[in-house]
Amino acid sequence: MSAVDPAKSGGGFFAKVWRFVLELVDVLIRPSSVFGLGVLVLAGFIAGVIFWGGFNTALEVTNTEKFCTGCHEMRDNVFAELKSTIHFSNRSGVRASCPDCHVPHNWTDKIARKMQASKEVWGHLFGSLDTREKFVDRRLELALHEWGRLKANDSLECRNCHSAESMDITKQSPRAAVAHQRYLFTGERTCIDCHKGIAHHLPDMRGIPGWQ
Amino acid sequence: MKRSVIFMLAIALAAGATSLGAQTLNSGLRGPTPLNDEGPAPPMAPMRNTSEKEVRNYPEQPPVIPHSIEGYQVDLQGNKCLSCHARARAAESRAPMVSITHFMDRDGQFLASVSPRRFFCTECHVPQNVANPPISNDFIDIDTLLSRASPGGRR
Repeated sequence: MSAVDPAKSGGGFFAKVWRFVLELVDVLIRPSSVFGLGVLVLAGFIAGVIFWGGFNTALEVTNTEKFCTGCHEMRDNVFAELKSTIHFSNRSGVRASCPDCHVPHNWTDKIARKMQASKEVWGHLFGSLDTREKFVDRRLELALHEWGRLKANDSLECRNCHSAESMDITKQSPRAAVAHQRYLFTGERTCIDCHKGIAHHLPDMRGIPGWQ
Repeated sequence: MKRSVIFMLAIALAAGATSLGAQTLNSGLRGPTPLNDEGPAPPMAPMRNTSEKEVRNYPEQPPVIPHSIEGYQVDLQGNKCLSCHARARAAESRAPMVSITHFMDRDGQFLASVSPRRFFCTECHVPQNVANPPISNDFIDIDTLLSRASPGGRR
């Protein structure tokens, strides 16, 4: 242990911090005189597994529909609206839950979205949407966020299930087949450009491209 | 004379009664379910889903919708139908534009866009189900009627 000489402990705040950092590095790079190397490695490994597993488990818990609908803002507004759409009830019983569309599956993007979502926790605590009226008033703003996100990532969450390569347009209605050939397969449009309001009610659509 | 009239009346009454009885037993719409029971609901027919126009039966008929409109939102917030059928959208979507009469207010003045009184499409335009009508319809359109009357026309 290299104790800092009290005589040298003067100076400004940054000098103090710098001295602390030097001392810390000094401790960290010196071999342990108490624990064996194996014990240290094993302990580090186990702690790492526990931390990483715990982190991912907690992350996955926040990625369930049960968690999302735990707040009445979600349960009474958007989740209630979802229930009558084809993404909730349909002939084959395959359904989309909240994170399927609203959380990217890719890990880095997921973490980025989760950090953004911390603002939604703030909104819940301070009651930004705690009544139906408040929610309806801000629906356009909220919808614009999601449309912008899906437009920017080329409707990635749609395409996690609906792949253009696997679309058999001969099984689609003539209208859908024509539209998909002209706009989707050419890459001119992405899913969200035409398919707005498929899972939740629409906000005031005046001024939105393609709407009246 | 009098006796024969009474006799005929009795026959007519009997015939009426039997036909009424037959109707209660097997009415076209209800099926064999007794009047005081509720029969099973018939299965819901799928919506016709094509892009082919249907011929109007008379000139004033609102054109029927040949495609499915399931999940289309038409309310204060927006009108999904107009995403294709609006004036500005018709070229891209190749859907028929809503007729100019929809832009008129009730005084006959043309507005810039669809008049609020003509905004709710399904008040007049309806999608079609693929179903057998329980009672057949003997409607004939005016062209058929006129051609029947003309010499050499189809009768």
